[in-house]
Amino acid sequence: MSEQRVAGTAPLIQARGLTKRFGTFTAVDAVDFDVQPGEAFGFLGPNGAGKTSTMRMIGCTSPISDGTLLVLGMDPRTEGAKIRGRLGVVPQQDTLDNELTVRENLIIYGRYFGFSRPECARRADELLEFVQLTDRGKDLVEPLSGGMKRRLTIARSLINEPDLMLLDEPTTGLDPQARHLVWDRLYRLKQRGVTLVLTTHYMDEAEQLCDRLVVMDKAKIVAEGSPRQLIERYSTREVAEFRFPAGVQETLDGQFEGLGSRIEKLPDRVLAYADDGEAVVIAARERGLHPETVLVRRSTLEDVFLRLTGRSLIE
Amino acid sequence: MTALRITPLFAFGSRRSLHMIERNLLVYRHGWLMLLSGFFEPLFYLLSIGFGLGKLVGDVNGPGGQLISYTLFVAPALLAASSMNGAISESTFNFFFKLNYDKTFASILTTPMSPADIALGELGWALMRGALYTVGFIAVMFVLGLVRSPLIFLTLPGALLIGFAFAAVGMAATSFMRSWQDFDLIQLVILPMFLFSGTFFPLDAMPDAVRLLIQLTPLYHGVELLRELSLGVVGPDILVHVGYLAAMGLLGFTVVAGRLDKLLLK
Ligand SMILES: Nc1ncnc2c1ncn2[C@@H]1O[C@H](COP(=O)(O)OP(=O)(O)O)[C@@H](O)[C@H]1O
Ligand SMILES: [Mg+2]
Repeated sequence: MSEQRVAGTAPLIQARGLTKRFGTFTAVDAVDFDVQPGEAFGFLGPNGAGKTSTMRMIGCTSPISDGTLLVLGMDPRTEGAKIRGRLGVVPQQDTLDNELTVRENLIIYGRYFGFSRPECARRADELLEFVQLTDRGKDLVEPLSGGMKRRLTIARSLINEPDLMLLDEPTTGLDPQARHLVWDRLYRLKQRGVTLVLTTHYMDEAEQLCDRLVVMDKAKIVAEGSPRQLIERYSTREVAEFRFPAGVQETLDGQFEGLGSRIEKLPDRVLAYADDGEAVVIAARERGLHPETVLVRRSTLEDVFLRLTGRSLIE
Repeated sequence: MTALRITPLFAFGSRRSLHMIERNLLVYRHGWLMLLSGFFEPLFYLLSIGFGLGKLVGDVNGPGGQLISYTLFVAPALLAASSMNGAISESTFNFFFKLNYDKTFASILTTPMSPADIALGELGWALMRGALYTVGFIAVMFVLGLVRSPLIFLTLPGALLIGFAFAAVGMAATSFMRSWQDFDLIQLVILPMFLFSGTFFPLDAMPDAVRLLIQLTPLYHGVELLRELSLGVVGPDILVHVGYLAAMGLLGFTVVAGRLDKLLLK
């Protein structure tokens, strides 16, 4: 990531000791991070990690409790409106205006930013094209599918041609086909040089979209890097997964010691981390272990998260 | 900037609040029939109470003491009461829903619009609707031969002042509400005002103590204001009515201004 830091380009977001408290509860606990122009930056973490709270502080709709935050070089406490004018926000829950049509949703949203009516109409038509909703322009929002609503929300967030997009769980709850459609649009934005900040609890989404990410757990950032760096640093190249018939796994205590560089016992399977997964499978057979199924796969961010927190991303 | 600081109303919110009104106009383009209900409410009251009851009651004492028909007496009061009711339902029930359940405000806050812009815009919209109903009501009074003075046209700003006063205080009260149950309290205040503020019968009928109490409540001043204007019998006490309602509105607004950021930006 440091090679991306061209001299003279200030980060678009700079957080130091950034903290959010609700009463006595700390939702975001003194986190530090920078987001550079043009990159796709992710917050990966399970539910309740503090991702949304962080995004809302960046989006200037939630005052920070402590620390410092600069967005586009400005202070959200004093220049919130100015910052929001240059952001594109896709909140976790769709906040479309159910009393208006698809096209009106885009037009009135552009008006909130102060663009002229003809300009808003022009951009609305362009964006409907971009998210493939042109033929739904005159429909109300409610009958749209989840994926269409998500795409409309993305179109809406682009109406002000933002310098920075904040996407809070852009594809949660969507079926695979709808997810790929959203990913595809986000890719195109990335190629145009739009800076993306997104949260997710899907490791495949983080791997697909993010140049760089931080892993968040229990209000804290526990690791930072590109997906590849994180996997290299916190996991092995491959993982062998063993599943046993019900009740058998508990009887095998200690029999995995020394298989690969690390063992994780999950309720339903045993993971053996090694750079050569096949070798581990052979070694296990030689020890007389008889798993029901064996799977050798590459390490993912899921493994990174497991290593860092001892838990799975999606409980 | 110094000029802005003098009146909290204008220092609060910006021209962006007009986009809120634009949004509501868009919404009502889909369901303009909903707009009409606010027009029929005072009209039905006027027909049933003014003309129905008026036959039984005969003439009563109007402002300045002259005898007028009951219909003439009650018509401006119904306009005042419906301005109050419209403002209250918009600023309490509807505002509470939008604050706590509707996602529209949340989406608007991710743009340069501020909570103050939203509140000011919603208030402006409520007043615009009030103006529409008032014009309709004046037209009906004209058709029914209830217009006695050209001053009747001043009932339009008068009704808007009533709407402003009640909407601002209603929003302020709503900003403290925790649940739907709290709204029973508002009805507990509004209903007696509606019935006893000199709306349906002259206050001379009341014992002195009760009359004094009523004269402290806002709807009384609203009713008196519109009655004097519609009959063209205007005395110096009109300044008291206007001053009372204006002060009430500004006070309510200052309170909402102080609380909205806290409510919407958590
Ligand atoms: N408005 C709020 N008031 C009180 N607690 C909140 C509020 N918003 C979020 N929290 C709490 O803060 C924690 C982090 O929430 P959130 O930022 O939404 O996490 P994530 O987006 O990673 O799931 C959760 O425990 C949540 O219950
Ligand atoms: Mg969240």
